[in-house]
Amino acid sequence: MSGATRKGVVLHLGVVALLAGLQFVLPAYHHGNLARVMVLASFALGYNVMFGYTGLLSLGHAMFFAAGLYGMGLAMRHLGLPALPALALGVLCGAALAALVGLLALRTAGVAFMIVTLMFAQTGYLTILYFGAFTRGDEGFVIPRAARRIGALDLSEPTTRYFAALLLLGLCLFATLALVRSSTGRVLIAIRENEDRARMLGYDVFRYKLLAMVISGAMAGAAGAAYGLLFGYVGATFASVQYSIFPLLWVLLGGAGTVLGPLVGTLFMFYLIDLSSGFTSAYMLIAGVALVLLTLFAPRGLMGLVRARLVPWLP
Amino acid sequence: MAAVTLLSATGITRDFGGLRAVDQVDFELPEGQIRALIGPNGAGKTTFVNLLCGRLAPSAGRIVFAGEDVTRLPAHARIARGMAYTFQITSIFAALSLYDNVALAAQRRLAAGEGLGAAVAAALGRVGLAGRADQTAGDLSYGHQRLLEIAMGLAQRPRLLILDEPTQGLSDAEIEDFIALIRSVARDATILLIEHNMDVVMTLAERITVMDFGAVLAEGTPGEIKADRAVRIAYLGG
Ligand SMILES: Nc1ncnc2c1ncn2[C@@H]1O[C@H](COP(=O)(O)OP(=O)(O)OP(=O)(O)O)[C@@H](O)[C@H]1O
Ligand SMILES: [Mg+2]
Repeated sequence: MSGATRKGVVLHLGVVALLAGLQFVLPAYHHGNLARVMVLASFALGYNVMFGYTGLLSLGHAMFFAAGLYGMGLAMRHLGLPALPALALGVLCGAALAALVGLLALRTAGVAFMIVTLMFAQTGYLTILYFGAFTRGDEGFVIPRAARRIGALDLSEPTTRYFAALLLLGLCLFATLALVRSSTGRVLIAIRENEDRARMLGYDVFRYKLLAMVISGAMAGAAGAAYGLLFGYVGATFASVQYSIFPLLWVLLGGAGTVLGPLVGTLFMFYLIDLSSGFTSAYMLIAGVALVLLTLFAPRGLMGLVRARLVPWLP
Repeated sequence: MAAVTLLSATGITRDFGGLRAVDQVDFELPEGQIRALIGPNGAGKTTFVNLLCGRLAPSAGRIVFAGEDVTRLPAHARIARGMAYTFQITSIFAALSLYDNVALAAQRRLAAGEGLGAAVAAALGRVGLAGRADQTAGDLSYGHQRLLEIAMGLAQRPRLLILDEPTQGLSDAEIEDFIALIRSVARDATILLIEHNMDVVMTLAERITVMDFGAVLAEGTPGEIKADRAVRIAYLGG
C-alpha cells in the first residue's frame, strides 16, 4: 500500500467511525435525518463514479434509484420476497438497467448523452405511472413494518436503521476508494481528462464507460432499495426528474471526483434546506443563493476546495 | 536476410469533403526499420499515419499489420496489437501527474500492475524526465511535454512506434539525446518518424518516404532522396 493509499483508507475509516459515534449522541430528529442522508449520499456516490471520475453527465439517474426502489418494493409486495433477497434484486435491477441504457446512450456524448439519459428516465417515470394498478402510481405504497426485517434485525427500528444506512454508505465509500485507486479507475479518470488520448493508448473507451455506468447504476439501485426498506415507502416521486437533478447538485456541491464529496454535498444541501425552511417559507431562495455563492467561490465543490488548499492527496 | 513486412497499406485514400488529403497511397514497412516520412506542410503525413493507427477511417484501401488485416479494427484494438502513436499536437493528460500519464501507457501490458512503478521510472528516465514523476504534466514546459509524449510511446513497448514531429520544440541538446534514444528504441521496435528537421531525418532514417499532395512522391535511402530532382523541387527548395 502506498502512503497516499494508506492515508486515504485511514481518513475514510475515520469518517465511518465518526458517523458511528454520532449515533450515540444525536437527538432523535437528526438521527433520523442522518440515516436518510447516508442513503442518499450512497446514491450520490454512485453518481460520482460516472460524473466525477469518468466525466459522463447523466440527467437520468433517478431511473437507477427507482429501479432499485421498485425492484425491491414490487418483489416484496407482489411476490412476497423477504427483505434481503429483495434488496439484492434491487441492486441487480439498478445495474441491469444501467447496462441496457448504457449500451444505447453511450453511443452519444456530451449534450446528446444528457438528453438521451433524461429521456430514458422520463420514460421510466411514465411507465411507473402507466402501470398504476401494479405500482400504485403517484400515491405509491407502504412496505409493512413486519416485512422490513433481515433475520433478527428490525430495519424500521431507528438504531438498526442508522447502522444499516452507515453500512451501505461505508460499502459505497470503500468501493469508490478501491476503484479510483485501481488501474481501472486510472483509465476512467483518463477518459474524463482526454478521451482521444485514452483510446490511443489502447483502451476500449466504450467498454470502460459502460463499466462505470454499471457500477454507478448498482450503487444507485442499492441506495433506492435500501431507502424503500429503511423508510418503508415506495413512490413515483423518486423516479421524477427532481431525483435526477439532486445527485448532480450534491456531487457538484461536495466536489466531483473526490470520494467524500458526495457525502459532504448531500449533508450540506439537506441541512441547508432543513434549516432555512425553519425560519422562512422562501427557503428555496436561501438554498438557491447559497448554491450560487458556492458555485462562484468553490467551483470544484467543498472537498475540491479542501483538496486544492489543504489536502493535496485527498482521494 | 529479407526482413518481414510489419505493416503494409494498399490504395489508402482519405477525403475531407472535397479535399483528398491522402490519395491511393501504397506503403510497405519492414520490421525493424527506421523510416522517415517527410513532405511539405499539408502534404497529408499526419492524416496518413492517423489512417494507419485507426484514429481516422479510410475512404478506401486496406491496411495489414503483423499479418492481420486491421482495416476494420477500431484504434484501441490496433494499439493493443502493438502500434503506438505520439501526437503531433501534444496530447497528454494535463491535470494528471507524470507518473499517471506514463502508468496509463504501461499498465495495459503489465499483468495486475506488476512492476508498474519500475516501468514508469524507466520510461521517464529514458527521455530525461527522471525524478519528476510527481509533477503535474500540464506544468511542464512545451519541450518537456513533448518528451513526456515520447515516454508514453516507449512505455507501451510497441512493435511499431509512430512519432509525429517529435523534435518540435526541443533544444539542440535535447535533439541529440532524442537521436540516441531512437537508435536504442529501434533495437526492438520499428519506427515511423514524421520529421521536418532534415538533420534528424538524414541521421536516423534507413529509408525515407516523401509525400506531396496526398501521394507518395518518392521513396529511397537518404542518399537517393537527397539526389532526387522532384523531391528537391517539391520540398528541399530546388
Ligand atoms: N480533420 C480534417 N478536416 C478537414 N481537412 C483536414 C483535416 N485534417 C487534415 N485536413 C487537411 O488535409 C491536408 C493534409 O493535412 P495533414 O495534417 O495530414 O498534413 P501534414 O503533412 O501532417 O502537414 P504538417 O506538416 O503541417 O503537419 C491539409 O490540407 C489539411 O488542411
Ligand atoms: Mg502533420
